[in-house]
Amino acid sequence: MSIDNATVRRIATLARIEVTDAELSTWAGQLNGIMGWIEQLKEVNTDGVAPMSGGTDLKLTLRADQVTDGGIVDQVLMNATEPQDGYFTVPKVVE
Amino acid sequence: MSYIIKGETGDWEVVIGLEVHAQVTSKAKLFSGAPTEFGAEPNTQVSFVDAAMPGMLPVLNEYAVEQAVKTGLGLKAKVNRNSVFARKNYFYADLPFGYQISQFDQPIVGEGTIVLDMPDGTSRAVGVERLHLEQDAGKLVHDMHATKSFVDLNRAGVPLMEIVSKPDMRSPEEAGAYLRKLRAILRYLGTCDGNMEEGSMRCDANVSVRPVGSKELRTRCEIKNVNSVRFVMQAIDHEARRHVEVYEGGGKIDQETRLYDPGQNETRAMRSKEMAHDYRYFPDPDLLPVELTEEFVAQIAKNLPELPDDKKARFEKEYGLTAYDADVLVSEKENALFFEEVAKGRDPKQAANWVITNLFGVLNKKGVGITESPVSAKNLGRLIDLIADNTISGRQAKEAFEAMVETGKDTDAIVAEKGLKQITDTGAIAAAVDQVLAANADKVAQFKAGKEQVLGWFVGQVMKASQGKANPAMCNELLRKKLAQ
Repeated sequence: MSIDNATVRRIATLARIEVTDAELSTWAGQLNGIMGWIEQLKEVNTDGVAPMSGGTDLKLTLRADQVTDGGIVDQVLMNATEPQDGYFTVPKVVE
Repeated sequence: MSYIIKGETGDWEVVIGLEVHAQVTSKAKLFSGAPTEFGAEPNTQVSFVDAAMPGMLPVLNEYAVEQAVKTGLGLKAKVNRNSVFARKNYFYADLPFGYQISQFDQPIVGEGTIVLDMPDGTSRAVGVERLHLEQDAGKLVHDMHATKSFVDLNRAGVPLMEIVSKPDMRSPEEAGAYLRKLRAILRYLGTCDGNMEEGSMRCDANVSVRPVGSKELRTRCEIKNVNSVRFVMQAIDHEARRHVEVYEGGGKIDQETRLYDPGQNETRAMRSKEMAHDYRYFPDPDLLPVELTEEFVAQIAKNLPELPDDKKARFEKEYGLTAYDADVLVSEKENALFFEEVAKGRDPKQAANWVITNLFGVLNKKGVGITESPVSAKNLGRLIDLIADNTISGRQAKEAFEAMVETGKDTDAIVAEKGLKQITDTGAIAAAVDQVLAANADKVAQFKAGKEQVLGWFVGQVMKASQGKANPAMCNELLRKKLAQ
């Protein structure tokens, strides 16, 4: 699989990352390098090995259904640029 | 009961699939300890996890997992002992993470079935494709400022079960029946309160049409977030007709998300999915796979309550009710409970009749549910007892019932207050009968000449003489006896 400049442009748009036209080829090259490395990993024989989510034996930790948080509106909004009446505000987005 | 759209070029049928978002009845959020209560002040139910502050890690709420499994079992679905949370990536102001934590190719619950009971007495099975757990987004408020949208993250992270049907429905009525049945199942299970007005149950409808007889699946449109069963049905009907019009006009349908406007009864395009729909799902590296033990699932299965289908079957068998009556009574758990309390130790058909015809009539008129009924199950039961032991007549019972609805007072108090006591004393009725017969010798002659209809007139006269308190059956019997002499 090869990543061309158009694909880089699309990924950048989806990820909201600003990429200039001049940078496209550089990114394409680097991403292709990563893809090539993953292609190489495919050479390892994994027949009979179940897909893994990690290299440890950790199990998912669960939490009891109890209210232990919230009620910290001031802290939640502390870094917001223009909070108003307890809300975050953003440029108007109407469908 | 088929739903066919008559077009210029022929008959069309509609293909409907529904996605329902049901909020799990939990105290805390899916991945944080912030509360989920409805209607709090903005951003007061938000933790740093919900606000996606850097470095915060989600920890799964075990109750939400339990409820998802319980719902899966209630839908007779396959519970997947291994499931995986994935990130669904998109940018929107109500989603601080930039992705929704959801489940993708390995949901917690797989295929199941919902049986629809249609008004004409038929039933129909609709397939459930899957049920997965995901977090809700926040809420945007657009009308508080000219150039800004306001963001409230109280709902962000609230646990949802997304229940996806197969494209098995063929009419707005079936879609309505599906939603009502699903809501009943969720309420019986107690896993979601099913309140569409408060948004704890929301529905997206996928709609396409095709010529009758065709098996193809044409391009569908998704109608988002319709907040009542009636509106879902209207939106589907409208959307299906729009598709037929477009196809017959030589046009083509674009796959898009549309919004239903109940005021205008129309749908309109919401946003282009071209970019937005590239969700780039991948397993969430912050969360390990959910592994359920066989014992965990078995334990939940063991404690499953009686569900609407089973209850309906039992009502038909145990109480001898018709399928229709049983269906009406089990549609809400509270109604079924009320009925069973009234029916206990009494004639079940009479109990069903009073609950369905009289009580539901009153409740519908008042626009309230059974939990706000002015007449308690105990009092309705007592009323039926008074009819059964001939203390009051059916007509008096109706009068007492109306007064009970008005005042909310106990049956015995109303009956005493209104002096509603049926005269069952043979002597008293016989005296009235003699009086009426003596005063109407001409009618007596008519009866004896074979004109049997005058008997009804005599009953009416005796009832009148007793101020309506005589037992009509006894009047009838005594009159016949005396007239035969």
